[in-house]
Amino acid sequence: MSAAPLLTLRGIGKRFPGVIALDGVDFTVRAGEIHALLGENGAGKSTLIKVLTGVYEADAGEIKLAGQPLRANIPADAERAGISTVYQEVNLVPSLSVAENIALGRQPGRFGFLNWRAIRRHAREALARLGLDCDPDAELGSLSIALQQMVAIARALDLKARLLILDEPTASLDEKEVADLFAVMRRLREQGLGIVFVTHFLDQVYAVSDRITVLRNGTLVGEYLTAELPRLSLVGKMLGRDLAEPTPGLANAAENTAGASVLSARSLSRKGALHSLDLDVRRGEVLGLAGLLGSGRTETARLLFGIDERDSGELRVKGAPVALRSPRDAVRLGLAFCSEDRKSEGILPNLSVRENLIIALQAKQGGWRTLARSEQDRLCAHYIAALRIKTADAEVPIRTLSGGNQQKVLLARWLATQPALIILDEPTRGIDIGAKAEIEQLIGKLRAEGIAVIFISSEIEEIVRNSTRALVLRERRPCGEIAGDKLNVNHLMKAMAGGHTKHE
Amino acid sequence: MTERVRQFLRSPVLWPLAGIALLLIANLILKPGFLNITVLDGHLYGLPIDVLNRGAKTLILALGMTLVIATGGVDLSVGSVVAITGAVAAALIGQGTDSLALIVAGALGAGALAGLANGLLVARLGVQPIVATLILMVAGRGVAQVLTDGQVLIIKHPGFDFLGNGFVLGLPFTIVCATLLYLAAHAALRRTAGGMFIEAVGDNPEASRFAGLATARIKILVYVVCGFCAAIAGIMEAANIGAADAQRAGENMELDAIFAVVVGGTALAGGRFLLLGSFVGALLLQMLITTMYNLGVPPAVAPVPKALLILTVCLLQSDRTRRWFGGLWRGKPAS
Repeated sequence: MSAAPLLTLRGIGKRFPGVIALDGVDFTVRAGEIHALLGENGAGKSTLIKVLTGVYEADAGEIKLAGQPLRANIPADAERAGISTVYQEVNLVPSLSVAENIALGRQPGRFGFLNWRAIRRHAREALARLGLDCDPDAELGSLSIALQQMVAIARALDLKARLLILDEPTASLDEKEVADLFAVMRRLREQGLGIVFVTHFLDQVYAVSDRITVLRNGTLVGEYLTAELPRLSLVGKMLGRDLAEPTPGLANAAENTAGASVLSARSLSRKGALHSLDLDVRRGEVLGLAGLLGSGRTETARLLFGIDERDSGELRVKGAPVALRSPRDAVRLGLAFCSEDRKSEGILPNLSVRENLIIALQAKQGGWRTLARSEQDRLCAHYIAALRIKTADAEVPIRTLSGGNQQKVLLARWLATQPALIILDEPTRGIDIGAKAEIEQLIGKLRAEGIAVIFISSEIEEIVRNSTRALVLRERRPCGEIAGDKLNVNHLMKAMAGGHTKHE
Repeated sequence: MTERVRQFLRSPVLWPLAGIALLLIANLILKPGFLNITVLDGHLYGLPIDVLNRGAKTLILALGMTLVIATGGVDLSVGSVVAITGAVAAALIGQGTDSLALIVAGALGAGALAGLANGLLVARLGVQPIVATLILMVAGRGVAQVLTDGQVLIIKHPGFDFLGNGFVLGLPFTIVCATLLYLAAHAALRRTAGGMFIEAVGDNPEASRFAGLATARIKILVYVVCGFCAAIAGIMEAANIGAADAQRAGENMELDAIFAVVVGGTALAGGRFLLLGSFVGALLLQMLITTMYNLGVPPAVAPVPKALLILTVCLLQSDRTRRWFGGLWRGKPAS
C-alpha cells in the first residue's frame, strides 16, 4: 500500500497580511494511498492545497513530485505535472454542456477546429468511469449540484493524473453518490494514484482513507495511519481540546418553553417547488426541517423568506396575515435567513467584514437612518468576540476569511437585526467540527432567548440534537411531524425514506 | 503616519495624479507660459482654468457614471442625454420661456426621465445595461433632432448663458458647480449607508437582495442620478456654445466618462467605487486634450495619445503588472 513518496512537501510557509496561514508544514503522499487532510477551518488545509496546485506561491519550503522539484506558479503548471484538483465549490461553466466542461482547456481538435465527436466520446468515457448516467450534451447548470460535482470529478479524472486532490467533494453528495465516489477512489488507488481527500465527515475519513495528516492553526500536528488512530483522539488533535458533551435531544425540555406563534403557513404552495405545506413556529422553539436532497427544504425556506413568491397559501407573522413578496418585506417583519449557498447568496466578497455584518440591520432601518460608525464598530466588536470570528480586523474583505468564519459573520449579520425568527439552511455545511459545535451551541442560546429557529440540515443527528420538533419533507411535500420522544434518528430516517427505503 | 503614506501609495488615485503632474511638467518645458493665470475684470483666465472649465462636463458625467458602474452596470446613453437636454432647454427658450428656473427644471426633468427609462429597463425588465442604454444612445439623438426640428438652435438668454460661461468668485461657474456636486455626492453617499448599498449591489446582487436591500430600487436610482448628471452637463454644453446641436452635442462623451471612471480606479465589474478617482481621472483626460491643443497636435491624431494614456494608467493599476514591476525593482523575475 505505501510505496515511495509520490509527493513531499517540506517546511511550507505562507503568510497573508496579518495572518500566518502556514508555518513549516510537512506533508507526504505516497503513490497508491488515500490520504485524508484534516483540520478545523482556518487550519490551513485550503491554503496548503492552493500552494500545491500553484494558486498561491509558498514563501518558504520545497515541493517535490516523484522526486523532482515542482515549480507550479500557475494552476496549469500543476495540472501538467499531473496534479488534478476538484474544489469544494464547483468551478465549472454552468452555461456549457457537460461534455464541453469536461473538455474545457484541453479540447481535442486541429487548427483551432474542435473535434466534437472526440469531445463527446471523452466525456462519455469519463462519466462511465464514475458510473454516472448523465447526458454529455446536457447543460451543466441544469443538473443538480451533486451531479455538477461529479462532473467536476470526471473532468479531473480525465487528465492523466498522478495525484488527485479532492477538496470536500462529498459536501453536497447523497449517500449513494458518496459510495460511488469511494468506489472510484479505491479503483484509482489500485491504479497507483495518490489521492488527497479533504472532508469534514469523519465517517468518510474512516471509510476510505489509509493515512491522515492533521493541521491546526497553520502548523502540522502529525501524520497517522488511519487504522491506528481512534476517532476520539483524532478529534482531540484537530481541535487541540476535548469536545464538549453532545447535547442530548431537546424535544422534551422544550415542550413547556414554546410560546406564541411567530410564523405560520397554511397550504403554502409553489409550482415545482413545494406542495401544500402547513407549518407553525413558536417563540423559543427550534423547528427542524429534515428531508433528503431535493425534498423541498430550501424551497420552503425561500418561500417563507419571500425570495420566491408563493402561488397559493397563507402566511402569518405573529398572527397577522402578511403578503411577503421580497426578502426586504421579510427582514422588516423580523425574519432572517442564512442561505446554504454562502458564496453566491451570502457574502459580499469584496466588502469588509464590518459592512457584511451590518448590511441587513442597515437595510432593515432604511438607507437614510444610517448607523453611526461607532455603533457599527461596537456591533462588530461584540459579534467578533461573541462568535469567536477569526479575522485580522473588521476592515478586511470578507473573502479573505475561511469558510467557517464567513459563516459566522453571516450569522452575526442576522443576529444584529434582532430577528423574531431565523431560518438556518445548512449552517454547518462545509465548516469544521469546532465551528459546528459553536453554531449548535448558538442555536440553543437563540432558543433560550426566545427566538424562533427553523433549522435545515442534511445530517439527521444534527436535527435530533438541536430541534425541539421536526418537520419531514419528501418529494416536495410535508410527510410528517415528529415531536417528543419520537424525535430520534430512526423515526426521522423512516419518515424521510418513506415507503420505498432505497430510492428518493 | 507611515501607514497613511503606504495607503496613499497603494491608492488607485496615485497614478492619474502622477499623470497630471507629468503633463504639467511637459507643458511647462515646452510652453513655459502654461501655468500663467491672468486676472481680468476680477475673473481668472489661463490654461489651467481652461482645463478645469472644459473638463467640468466630463467631471459631472463621470460622477453619475461612477455610481452606475459601481452597481455593475454602464450607461452608454449619457452623450445622447446631453443632446436631448440641450435641445429641451433650447426649445423652451425658443418658445419664449423666460424663467431660468423653468428652463433648467425642464432640462433636468428630461435627463432624470431618460435615466428612469434606463433604470426600469435594467432593474425591472432585466435587460443587460449595455443593451438597455444603447437603445437610448441611438434613439436619443433622434429625439433631440425632433426637438430641434433638425436644426442647430441658437440660444439667446443671458441667464442661461451664465450657466456655461459665467464666473463665481473669480472661477468659472462650471467648475464650481462640478466641485459642489462631487462634495454633495460624497456627503450623500459616504456619510449615509447609500454608498455601501450601491457597492453591495455591485459586489453581489443576489446576496444583497437576500440581505433585504431593495436592489431594483437602488439600481433605478443610480440611473436616474446618472441621467440627472447628464442633464447638468447638457445644460452647460448648450449654454457654453450658445446653441443646441442635436448631432454633435455630447458626442463620444459617454466614452470619456467611462474612461475617467476606469482610470480613477473603479472596476467595471462593479462593487467598490471611488468618487475622488473619477474626479482625478476626468481631469487627467481633459489635461491631456488641452496639452495636445497647446502643442498643436492635429485633432485627427489626438485620440492616439489619449488611448496610450488610458492603457498606461490601467496597466499601472493592475496588480499583476505592479507585481511584475516590483520584481524588476528587486532585480529578479516575479511570478
